[in-house]
This record gives sequence, structure tokens and C-alpha cells, in this order.
Amino acid sequence: MSIALLVLLALLGQLIFDGLGRLSWQFLSSFPSRFPDQAGILSAWVGTILVMFLTALTAIPLGIGAAIYLEEYAPKNWVTELIEINIANLAGVPSIVYGLMALGLLVYELHLGQSFLTAGLTLAMLILPMVIIATREAIRSVPPQIREAAYALGATKWQTVRDHVVPYSMGGMLTGMILALSRAVGETAPLITVGALSFIAFLPHPPWQAEFPFISLQWLFDPFTVMPIQMFNWVSRPQEEFHVNAAAAGLVLLLMTLAMNALAIIIRARFRKRIHW
Amino acid sequence: MNAMAASQDVLKAESRALSFYYGAAQALHNVSLDLYDRRVTALIGPSGCGKTTYLRCLNRMHDLYPGNRYEGEVLLYPDKVNIVGPGVDPIEIRMRIGMVFQKPNPFPKTIFENVAYGMRIRGTSARHDLDIVVERALRNAALWAEVKDRLHGPAFNLSGGQQQRLCIARALATDPELLLFDEPTSALDPTATARIEELVTELKEKVAIIMVTHNMQQAARVSDYTAFMYEGRLVEYARTEKMFTNPSVKLTEDYVTGRFG
Amino acid sequence: MTPMDVDVLEAGIVKKVAESSGIPRMWHQWKEKGIELLLLIAALTSVAITIGIVGVLAYESVLFFRQVSLVEFLTDRQWTPLFAEPHYGILSLVSGTLVTTIVSLMVAVPMGSLIAIYLSEYASRTIRESVKPALELLSAVPTVVYGYFALLFVTPMLQKVWPELPGFNMLSAGLVIGIMIVPYVSSVSEDAMRAVPVHLREGAFALGATRMQTALRVVFPSALSGITAAYVLGVSRAIGETMVVAIAAGMQPTLTWNPLEPAATMTAYIVQVSLGDLPHGSIGYQTIFATGLTLMLITLVFNIAGHVLKKRYRQVY
Repeated sequence: MSIALLVLLALLGQLIFDGLGRLSWQFLSSFPSRFPDQAGILSAWVGTILVMFLTALTAIPLGIGAAIYLEEYAPKNWVTELIEINIANLAGVPSIVYGLMALGLLVYELHLGQSFLTAGLTLAMLILPMVIIATREAIRSVPPQIREAAYALGATKWQTVRDHVVPYSMGGMLTGMILALSRAVGETAPLITVGALSFIAFLPHPPWQAEFPFISLQWLFDPFTVMPIQMFNWVSRPQEEFHVNAAAAGLVLLLMTLAMNALAIIIRARFRKRIHW
Repeated sequence: MNAMAASQDVLKAESRALSFYYGAAQALHNVSLDLYDRRVTALIGPSGCGKTTYLRCLNRMHDLYPGNRYEGEVLLYPDKVNIVGPGVDPIEIRMRIGMVFQKPNPFPKTIFENVAYGMRIRGTSARHDLDIVVERALRNAALWAEVKDRLHGPAFNLSGGQQQRLCIARALATDPELLLFDEPTSALDPTATARIEELVTELKEKVAIIMVTHNMQQAARVSDYTAFMYEGRLVEYARTEKMFTNPSVKLTEDYVTGRFG
Repeated sequence: MTPMDVDVLEAGIVKKVAESSGIPRMWHQWKEKGIELLLLIAALTSVAITIGIVGVLAYESVLFFRQVSLVEFLTDRQWTPLFAEPHYGILSLVSGTLVTTIVSLMVAVPMGSLIAIYLSEYASRTIRESVKPALELLSAVPTVVYGYFALLFVTPMLQKVWPELPGFNMLSAGLVIGIMIVPYVSSVSEDAMRAVPVHLREGAFALGATRMQTALRVVFPSALSGITAAYVLGVSRAIGETMVVAIAAGMQPTLTWNPLEPAATMTAYIVQVSLGDLPHGSIGYQTIFATGLTLMLITLVFNIAGHVLKKRYRQVY
């Protein structure tokens, strides 16, 4: 245990030591550049936020829906069995394989290109099993007596799920989702495979426009980059100056994921305090 | 059966040769039982005798789990709908029948929302209507005085006995025709138990009550009729006085005198 | 308001509700069915993803194996698909994967077991409750950060001891992967050890065994299949790990068993090809799918073995 903390501290220490000096407003608000001291992570963090938005939008409803189906609705038959086995196996597939699948299917077969949409969907597929597993666990923590109380009053299945099961397992669900998203934030390999660009010196189209309907979906098809890709690009360059940039980017990335994890732990503790079964 | 009692008693439900299976295992064998309106019927018997299983047939609780099967029929008066009939929607049935469980199981919501939930799923959302129903139900469950100042506080903060009365109020709010109690005091201390028993005696003025209990004193104190079950079968069914003073079956006598179980 | 009024009012409300539930019931039943269908579709997307993965990998691999024989793929000792005279021997990549995985196990097995034994047999509840989140944090660190750590912290440190160690090497990548999988291995083994019933422990204590003897001679062997499951699943993760090896182990496919050398793993090769731009449909493009298929089959074997072992310890008690 102390070893674990030690490693974490060493990691953090190394990144701070190497990268803290490089962290500045200029670094956060500049595009990547050939000149290490002018380069920044603007397109990367904007990209990470947009990709995470798409990932959450896809994976959360699908994951919750699937978990509710499996816990509350699924009859005991071969279809259910198939879905169960399938989810267990999907959770063990290496992330890079999801990237290969997305490359063949989304990029070339469905012609979505090497875009934000592709990236968001790829990561959504990757974290879907995690979201499902975490949500199911949360749902299972709601005792059956509570369901029976609702049914005994004449509630339908959906009313029971909507009014009781989901609200009472919200803490666990939120925790699971944030943890899954924090995995997605740091995920690099599948996005390299679908063709993330590491040198993007412009922002995607804004999601709004002046004319009706005021919302623009153009950005979905823009080329993307994300934080870990940017960091990887800098790490794999031979020049030491770029390694400093990598450390700074890594620090930002690490803070992002640690913040998400801390949030998840807080939410879990909060909800645990609120509901004792 | 006692002729005088039968003339006063109005039939509320009757099971005819009801059998029940958990998968392949038969848990109830041809149970035929008359349940009367405004009377308390106690179901007694040793653990595993099928009394709770029988109770849960009456509001189709068994439908929640796969592989369960009913045979025979249970008619609910006055319209004589067959509760366990294959074409009958269990939700329709549960709308008419209330249930109180072994352990208090309030929803982790406010006291008000617990009681109001039954009306909400029946489509009532007008605040004024809900206020009336909730107050009424809490008064009938003898809980109003204790909670009227904290209706919007969490139900989990109540004591065990209060929680159980809250669950009774929740069941009463929708005006059920039949109220099922599944060992409602088994998780409570003697004082809380006494209050619930008192409450049951008051409630039978309005509604038919079926109560599973393995406490024979309790059955003797609160019920008008008692059914003794053993290994999934109904052994004897009679007025409570008769069951406890002069049972016709040896097995019943052995059980009520505490020789086994 | 007198109680009488309330009675009348309430009767009115209940009646109103009862009357309104005729046609809406049909609508309710349809709505219920519709919702169930939607939820089923959500659950089936996970199956669709699997079909997508298997479909894409199989399709591209078939195209690949039309040009390269399976025998060559499995026996050739070189992997140089992009050279003028290409060779397609997957062994060069498998060896890299194998070496980094074995190195990682050398870290993860002792560390993971010690942590698990400590958590399940020694730690108080409060310590356990605070250590587990700390371990979870360790598994939340992005792999690319671990890669940085391997290349720019572990390797330079090792080079101080071992000056001739090349900048890219499988040793430091493997060590870091080992640290990465510790949280996973320790949490699965701890579960297995805690599943060992208390009466076994009490039996040992009653015979006068110390805590350590109980942990090592009673609990550990009883939980062995669960602990093995933890390692098998950990191995599967190490095999699929990508960024650490892509950053720190080098990109050169070499058939070597020496962890001090640089070599590409299967995953690193896929990254390397993806970084360049090979035309869609070329044999070079197809190689990454053939590699991906190999990778997936290997991890699948480990995953299945792990789950079978896990099930077994659940059945014992």
C-alpha cells in the first residue's frame, strides 16, 4: 500500500519536476508548434472535452439502458446468457482492438472519417462494458424489498425502475460513469489507431451558427486530437525540450483524471451516507 | 362452520384448490379458504409451511420472479375476478390489494412521498388531493400525530415501529379492499408490536385483513379466523376461538399448544 | 374540516382515479412493452460491438491471409512488412509481448500478493477503506503517463546501474506495466482471500498458528484458484497494454528474449503503423488487423481461463 502511494508520488513528482515550470496560460492557450517553447495544448484540451462529451452522450444512456434491462427485465434465456457472456468478454478486449474495429468500421465502412464523431463513438464502445458493469452493481444494491413495496402498490415495472431503482442507485451509477469516463480521458491507443492527428493548429467549427437552427454539427466531422495523443507525440520526439512539454501536458492530464476520481469517491461517500439499507 | 358467524360474514375472497409451484417444486397443495370482509384472518404454521407463499399469491407477488406457476383459482369479490387467472393483469390486482411486509420497507424518500406514491402512480398529482389522502392515511395508521411536523423529512429517520406504521399508511392511502400483512411485527419490539396489533383491530372496521404470523398469541389476540397450514396444505380452518380451544385436528392441537414448530 | 368532509372528499378522489384508469391501462401496457424493447436494444448494442470487432478483424485478416500463408505467419523469424523484401513472421512481435509480460509479472506477482495478503489478513477496516481508493487511483493514471515514466524516469535510473542499457528497452516497459497491473491483481486476489471462510482461519488460530502462518499456509492455498485467476487476468491486461511499450520499448520488431534489448510488441506495431499513413486496403494496412486478431485470440484465451478459475473459487464455498 505504501508502495502504491510511493509510485503515485514518484509519478506525480517526476511530472511536476519536469513539467510544472512549463505550465502557463500561454501553454494552455496555444496550438502545437514546431518550436517547443511556443507550443501549447489548446486544441488538445478542447478536443478532449468535445470527445468526452460525445462519449458520455453515447455510452451513458446505452449503458444504463442495458444494465436496467439485464437486472430488471431480462428473462432467463439464451439471449440474456449471450449478452452476459458477451459483456464479460468485451471488458477484457484490449483497447487497441477497439481502435482497429473503429478504423475498419467507422472510418472506412461508414465513412465517418478521422473525426470527433469517430473518436467519441470509439471511446463510447470501449467504456460501454465498464458502464454496464458498474451500473448493474449499483442497481443490485437496491434491496428487493423496495421493489416489492412498489409493485405491491400497483406500480408497473417501468414505474418501479424510474421512481425507485434508478434514483436509489444514482450514487453508484454516477461513480461508475465518472470512473469510466476518466478511463476514456486517458485512453490513447485506440485513438491513434483510428488516426488522431497530433498536430492540429486550429479549433473545430463552433457548435453554433448565426442562422437557424443555430446549432451546427459541422464540428463532428472535423479532425481531432486529444490530450494523451498530444502528450504521446511530444514524448516520442527526441528533443528534450519537447519532453518538458510532454511532462506539462501529462500533469494536466493526470490532474484531470485524478480530479474525476476524487469526484467519484466523494459522490460515493455522499450517497452512502444518505441511504442505508 | 359456525352458522351464526357465516350469516354475518361477507365473503371478500375465496381460494379454490389453489396450488403453487416454485419451478418444479410444489409449495402449495389445493388450498381452499374463504376470506371475509371486515375480518382478520390469521395464517399460522411452522416455518416453510407455505403461509407466506399463500399470502403472496393473493397479490400475485410471485409473478415478479421467473418460473413460478399457479393452479386453481382465487376469486376476489364482489366482481369475482380470478386473481391468479392467466389473463388477469397482476397490476390491476395489486391496485386493489395492499401489502405490509415482514421488515418495514419504506422508500428512501420523505414521509409524505412514501404515502403519496400509490396515488401518484394512479395518476393523482394535484397537491390538494394528495394532502388530503396522505393525512387521512397517516391518521388511520395512527402515525399522524407523530409525524405531522416532519412530513417532508426522510422516512428513514423514523423508528422501526413508526416505519412499519408508515408502510401501513402507504398501503391504506389507495383504499385497498384487502390488506395483506406478512408477519408485520417480527422485526419490532413488544411496544411497537402492541401498537400494530391495536391498529390492525381498528383497521378491520373498514377492510378485510389477512395476516401471516408465527406468533400464536398474536393470532389469538387479533384474528377472527385462523388457518393452520402444514407442509403446503391447509390443515384446519375455523373461527379463532375454536382453533385455540377446541381444534378438530390433532396436528393443530399439537401446534397451538406448542408441542412442535 | 371535519373528519366527515375529509371522508367524502377522499372517496371522491379515489373514485376519480379509479374511473380514469380504463383506456390509459391499454396505453400503459403498450408503453411498458415499448420501453422494454428499447432497453433490450441497448443491451444488444454490446453484442453488436462484438460482432463489429470480430467482423472487421476477420474480414481484413482473410484478405491478409490470401497473400501470406499461415505457415509463414507462424514460423518466419522476421517481421518486416514494410521492407522491399517483406517478411511476415508474427513471432518477432509475440516475443516482444511475451518478454514485457513476463517482466511485468515479476513485479506484479510479489507486490500484488503482498498487498492482497496485507489487506485481507492484516489491515483493519479503516485502513482497507482508505488503501483501496489509493490503489484505484493508481489504476486511473493514463497509460501514456506511465509510458513517460518508463522512458524518462525508470530507464535513466536503470542506466545508472547499467550504463550499457539502451534508451529503449523491454525491461523498463515491463517493470512499469507490472506496477500498472498491481491494483487489479491485488483487488481480485484480495476478493478471493476474503472469500475463504472464517472458520478455516479460526481453525488455524485455534491450533496455535500465528497470523502469518495462517495467512500463508491456510488462506493463501485455499484461495489459490482465485489468486491464479487474478494473475491470469492480469497477464491478459499486460498483453494488451499499448502505450507504455510503444513509448519505452522501441518500435523495432526483433525476435529476442532478452529484456535488455529494444523490441516491438504486437500492440506497439499497430501503433507504429497507425501513426504513418498506409493506404487503406494495402497489405501493410491488413497486417495490423492480422496482428490485432492474434492479440485478441491470445487475450481471449487468458480471459476465459481467468473467468473459469474465478468461477471455481466461488463454487468451493
